[in-house]
Amino acid sequence: MRAYPWFCFLFLLTACDKSGPNMQMILADKPAPSLADYNLFTDMHADTPSDRVFAYDLVNPLFTDYATKRRYVYVPKGQSAQYNATDALDFPVGTVLIKTFGYAPDMRTPNINSYKVETRLLIHKKDGWLAAPYVWNEAQTEAKYAPIGKRLHIQTVAPAGNKLDFSYAVPNANQCKTCHQSGHDVLPIGPKARNLNHNDQLQNWQTQGLLSGLVENLPKVPETHNTSFPLNVRARAYLDINCAHCHKPDGSASNSGLMLEWGETDQTRLGVGKRPTAAGRGAGGLLTVITPGKPDTSILAFRMQSAEPGIDMPELGRTLVHDEGVALIREWITEMPIEDK
Amino acid sequence: MMKRVLLVGAVIVLLASCGGNDAPKIQDVANNTIELVLEIDKGEGFAGRLQAALITAKPGSTIAMPEGTYTFSDGLSLDVQGVTLKGAGADKTFLDFAGQKGAGEGLLVTAGDVTLRDFTIRDTAGDGIKSKGADNITYRDLTVEWSGEPSEDSGAYGVYPVESTNILIDGVTVRGASDAGIYVGQSSQIIVRNSVAEYNVAGIEIENSTYADVYGNTARHNAGGILIFDLPNLPIMGGHSTRVFNNSIHDNNTRNFAPPGNIVATVPSGTGVLIMANENIHVFGNNFANNRTVQIAISAYLEKFDDDNYNPLPRNIVIRENAYSGGGDDPQGLMSVLAAGLGGKLPELVWDGVTTWDVFTAGDGELTEDGGVVKDVNLVIHENDDIGFVSLGLGSYPLDPRKIRPSLDRPNGTAKKEPAPIKLAHDFNSKE
Repeated sequence: MRAYPWFCFLFLLTACDKSGPNMQMILADKPAPSLADYNLFTDMHADTPSDRVFAYDLVNPLFTDYATKRRYVYVPKGQSAQYNATDALDFPVGTVLIKTFGYAPDMRTPNINSYKVETRLLIHKKDGWLAAPYVWNEAQTEAKYAPIGKRLHIQTVAPAGNKLDFSYAVPNANQCKTCHQSGHDVLPIGPKARNLNHNDQLQNWQTQGLLSGLVENLPKVPETHNTSFPLNVRARAYLDINCAHCHKPDGSASNSGLMLEWGETDQTRLGVGKRPTAAGRGAGGLLTVITPGKPDTSILAFRMQSAEPGIDMPELGRTLVHDEGVALIREWITEMPIEDK
Repeated sequence: MMKRVLLVGAVIVLLASCGGNDAPKIQDVANNTIELVLEIDKGEGFAGRLQAALITAKPGSTIAMPEGTYTFSDGLSLDVQGVTLKGAGADKTFLDFAGQKGAGEGLLVTAGDVTLRDFTIRDTAGDGIKSKGADNITYRDLTVEWSGEPSEDSGAYGVYPVESTNILIDGVTVRGASDAGIYVGQSSQIIVRNSVAEYNVAGIEIENSTYADVYGNTARHNAGGILIFDLPNLPIMGGHSTRVFNNSIHDNNTRNFAPPGNIVATVPSGTGVLIMANENIHVFGNNFANNRTVQIAISAYLEKFDDDNYNPLPRNIVIRENAYSGGGDDPQGLMSVLAAGLGGKLPELVWDGVTTWDVFTAGDGELTEDGGVVKDVNLVIHENDDIGFVSLGLGSYPLDPRKIRPSLDRPNGTAKKEPAPIKLAHDFNSKE
């Protein structure tokens, strides 16, 4: 009981501090009804980040139906994330990772007449990370909590120039967890050192006080589209960011035995000559996940090329086929050395 | 007094979280314990209300779905411990996924102590109900089905618990799965009973799992009735200790409509029970009838593999005191090739006679010329004298029909101790 006045006092302090993110909301048991409630941005359109909310980007993004993504990170003042060489950085309680998905009428010019569709928050609560999707209204003035997700009709033009007309899926709160699952925990996927390591971003984070414990030799994945890197590492980088959040030993697809993380070295676990498990018609009548030299008889390519539920991979997060990603993986399989087994 | 306060608190939380659309009710259920029941209103928006309830449910609460047919365009998921999801009956509450646009299954459960009961899920794009890492789960009195003729376009598994401990499947019906109707994978402590699996490729499949009791079920009109498998290159291997008893396994003569590549695609239509690369399996007291290829087949893993930790041979298998009628008169697939040398028919019990593997070098045993190891499979057959047995004497895989050396002599194994009955703490209907 004695602590009660103190609690009120703290509450008042945080509630009245309009200059930065609202820690009361960030640490609350339940997600706030509106994105604006967190005070992560100073404007209703969520274009101007609040104090200590920093924009960042990834070497390679996960493919989400050609949507643009704007990412921000908020780490509470006086605290910092700890460097981790392989997994996501170890962010302190109170951290918020913010990702806003958007489209434009023509994705060849994604900044012209762009609009937001959803903002996903990953909030580090006292007892772990919580995923919360927010869907933007048509007027672009408010994003409301949408725990059950939503289907949105999107018409646009792809970066390659083809017309797109599809049903975009905002994931529900549980589906967020499906991809972000790591054992019994929910963890961030994108902000791993190897995927943040470009344009001095990690060093800047350390300078800004967001990050501590940086080492000399930092891991880095190549840009998947940058052909000055070898094909093998580009393909592996693509699988790492698009597939490995589930296809890892403590991920949602662990029981498949197919492991696609950046550090995986076992060829069978990577799918070479591996038979399908629990794939059903997702196997497409094909016998192995990867048949070196033959993308047309590789289940990995087959499922990436499909847009049909029950066949397509990833199961969540995309409705369209990522033509550029398919081309990369097909080329990788085509060039793969054929071993005598 | 304390209990009442807690309940009131829970009600308020539910009210607050669900906007008052679904009036929470406290019902005094038959067993006199008070539990919180959230009834989902019928009508427009049911799918959204149900998914919202599955997300905001409090641990230990019940979500009740009324009688009716409800359509879904996305998969449902549940990640709250101790929730019961129930319908008004498998013949009254239908969740229809024919228009599903996303997700790999109709319902995904990822929390423990969950009970699913009294509803039907049909026509999902992928699997019917999957539970992963969900211990102490109960699937009771529910149906998963794909309508129409059995088709390779149907989903793979009907009910699909995987990587879990303490699984109870009781009174479940699965129809039309293009892989296994009732599939339990990479799990331990399992009961599958009083269930019906029909018109699937595999009726019931226990794979890479330990300590399973499969009893009182009917497996009929599948391509294969009951399969006990262990497969390589999976996180959990070394399946053992499964008892298959008092089941009715008949007329599993539906064509094998599994997409090739999947292991069940290799199961010949007309197979009653197939034990493949597993250990300490006891099959007894079952009623086998009219499985046209073979009533019981025992075999090694058939495919090439690269996995030092995997044993491809069946070991310590006991077949005793089953009843048989008909069957074996029209072998299909690979078995028809092997039966050619036996007059085109197969006896009730067939063993491939594989005792070594070219790349299998683990453990002790007699070295073969090509570097393999001969292992004692230890088959025990206690059946009436009129029940036929053949060892095809294939010796090793990869399979070469020219190596067939049939022998009608019954093996002379020593029965390994039968595993104790599986008892699950959450099995309230156990008669024992």
